[in-house]
Amino acid sequence: MSLLEVKNLEVSFHTPDGNVGAVQDVSFSLEQGKTLAIVGESGSGKSQTAFSIMGLLAKNGTSKGSVKFDGTEILNVSEKELNTYRATQIGMIFQDPMTSLNPFVRVSDQMAEVLVRHKGMSKSDAIKDCIKMLDAVKIPDAKRRIRMYPHEFSGGMRQRVMIAMALLCHPRLIIADEPTTALDVTVQAQIMDLMGQLQSDFGMGIILITHDLGVVAGSCEDTLVLYGGRVMETGPTQQLFSEPTHPYTRGLLRAVPRLGTKHAQLATIPGNPPNMLQPPVGCAFSPRCDFATDRCKTFKPILTKFAQDRSRACHLQQEELV
Amino acid sequence: MKQSETLLSVEDVKVYFKYAGGGLFSQSEPQYIKAVDGISFDIKRGETLGIVGESGCGKSTLARAVIRMVPIHAGRVLWMGQDLVSLSTDDMRGKRKDLQMIFQDPLASLNPRMTLGQIISEPLKTHFPKMPKTEMRERVAKVMARVGLLPNMVNRYPHEFSGGQCQRIGIARALILEPKLIICDEPVSALDVSIQAQVINLLMDIQKEMNLSLMFIAHDLSVVQHISTRVMVLYLGNVVEIADADDLYENPSHPYTRALIAAVPDVDRPAPADRENMMIDGELPSPLSPPSGCPFRTRCPKAQAICTEEKPPLLEPAAGHSVACHFHTVAQVG
Repeated sequence: MSLLEVKNLEVSFHTPDGNVGAVQDVSFSLEQGKTLAIVGESGSGKSQTAFSIMGLLAKNGTSKGSVKFDGTEILNVSEKELNTYRATQIGMIFQDPMTSLNPFVRVSDQMAEVLVRHKGMSKSDAIKDCIKMLDAVKIPDAKRRIRMYPHEFSGGMRQRVMIAMALLCHPRLIIADEPTTALDVTVQAQIMDLMGQLQSDFGMGIILITHDLGVVAGSCEDTLVLYGGRVMETGPTQQLFSEPTHPYTRGLLRAVPRLGTKHAQLATIPGNPPNMLQPPVGCAFSPRCDFATDRCKTFKPILTKFAQDRSRACHLQQEELV
Repeated sequence: MKQSETLLSVEDVKVYFKYAGGGLFSQSEPQYIKAVDGISFDIKRGETLGIVGESGCGKSTLARAVIRMVPIHAGRVLWMGQDLVSLSTDDMRGKRKDLQMIFQDPLASLNPRMTLGQIISEPLKTHFPKMPKTEMRERVAKVMARVGLLPNMVNRYPHEFSGGQCQRIGIARALILEPKLIICDEPVSALDVSIQAQVINLLMDIQKEMNLSLMFIAHDLSVVQHISTRVMVLYLGNVVEIADADDLYENPSHPYTRALIAAVPDVDRPAPADRENMMIDGELPSPLSPPSGCPFRTRCPKAQAICTEEKPPLLEPAAGHSVACHFHTVAQVG
């Protein structure tokens, strides 16, 4: 049984301007100890996918479909039931370490709260555990620093605090929503190495949400490419990166500037991401796709398996995309 | 004009921010944060100087110092031979025609209450108050077409545009005065990959057409290397290495440059096995109490006793490749 099984997930928001279908028909599964990357541009629905799993959608959002954690349905269950999973089974690391910590509360109190609430520990025991966890994420002088307030930490250190906090109850699944986007490359490399090491120590599954393809290539077994709220392509990361089969994935990989290349023109994807209030009728990518036919503009392609572990949602055959 | 003409020449510029002491009745000497601590470089006509470094290394402060958006503590900024630091505010405003800037946050740098047309034409109104309206309209239309904005967008407001389009508006606003140098402060950091590539290509095309010089600041090394002729690496307000872009990436000779390059995640392959050796621990030290000697020594894998005692000067061991390290690896010439 998979650790997490997401089937036909749909997330929509009621707004004054109409219904926005942020996530449509997204399915994937994750095994214990593995890492899945969800890649996409802003507005592709990657964060909303994570929020709906955790039951953290905004008030005007609704989700449909099925999310099974270890075989148990957790989508749209009561808040009380969900709280038995949050932190203890599923931990979350948020994008912005500056705003996700409470600026008025000492790090020690914020972290201990997790253990006191979920494990019923006494506060002094909890703080001892917290210090151990801060050591594990390599915060120097953890014993003294745990008494500090978030503003006394740098961005990278705050992100380490967030990671430590998510790991406190040894969850079996971590959802990391752009954990390194706000950080410098040197610190990003440190954090990604740390997460890899913690994964081999604790054996948790990780869902890594990011727009940075380089980070994905370095650390994830499988990749899911989202565009306009839909899955465009999935597969093992190495295969998907070396032989992308969807025009969007191909365009995305070509648009990344690489170190050591000469000053040539970068390949671009023309146009802009879709406005989700008025999404394209057919394939979400069709207005920007070089190969789009009339069929692409009227019918949505279905995600179909074409090889072991690999699926793509495109009307055209791979041979036709030249 | 010759390609090699030097447009901007920055000589030992220091930007200090006072954070304590030095008041009328205070007992102590003023204490300063040395955001930019003696930086010198040239920019030639038509070339792009890339500036990289971690947050807090002083790259944005340096950019702002060049166009006098922050006061300069010491040093000279020569613009075609004339010192900008000593100019009066009015004279400086005149110079800004030639020195334009593009900012990081595309939406926040546009006035939400002005239409696209008003935003792009504002520099013209400031610098050429007597320009007839028809000419203004023509020039706005021309520059809009150049950066890929449609004519029917002229009466819309910034919130109606996506991030990439807002950045095009920012570029149009910088271009309308036909400047000689554009300072780009992280112009693509806030954009998605596919949009980022569009904006980089646009900047490179325009540069070629207008023989523009660019001062291109970014924290993304692959972007900087792609667009730059030369690259300058900053650390804690100091230049640690400056070289031709390709040379810098092929022969990085400062340990910090090597660490920066090693930290860039590669799309084409997983992290190399020897990355571990080149990675650096920790983060930028606090500029309130910078390390003695070499500013990088606290994180440097090669640091030795001399590094704590003596700040390495910026030397030029090979033509066009300068580095500030006691143990640099540039092949010495001569």
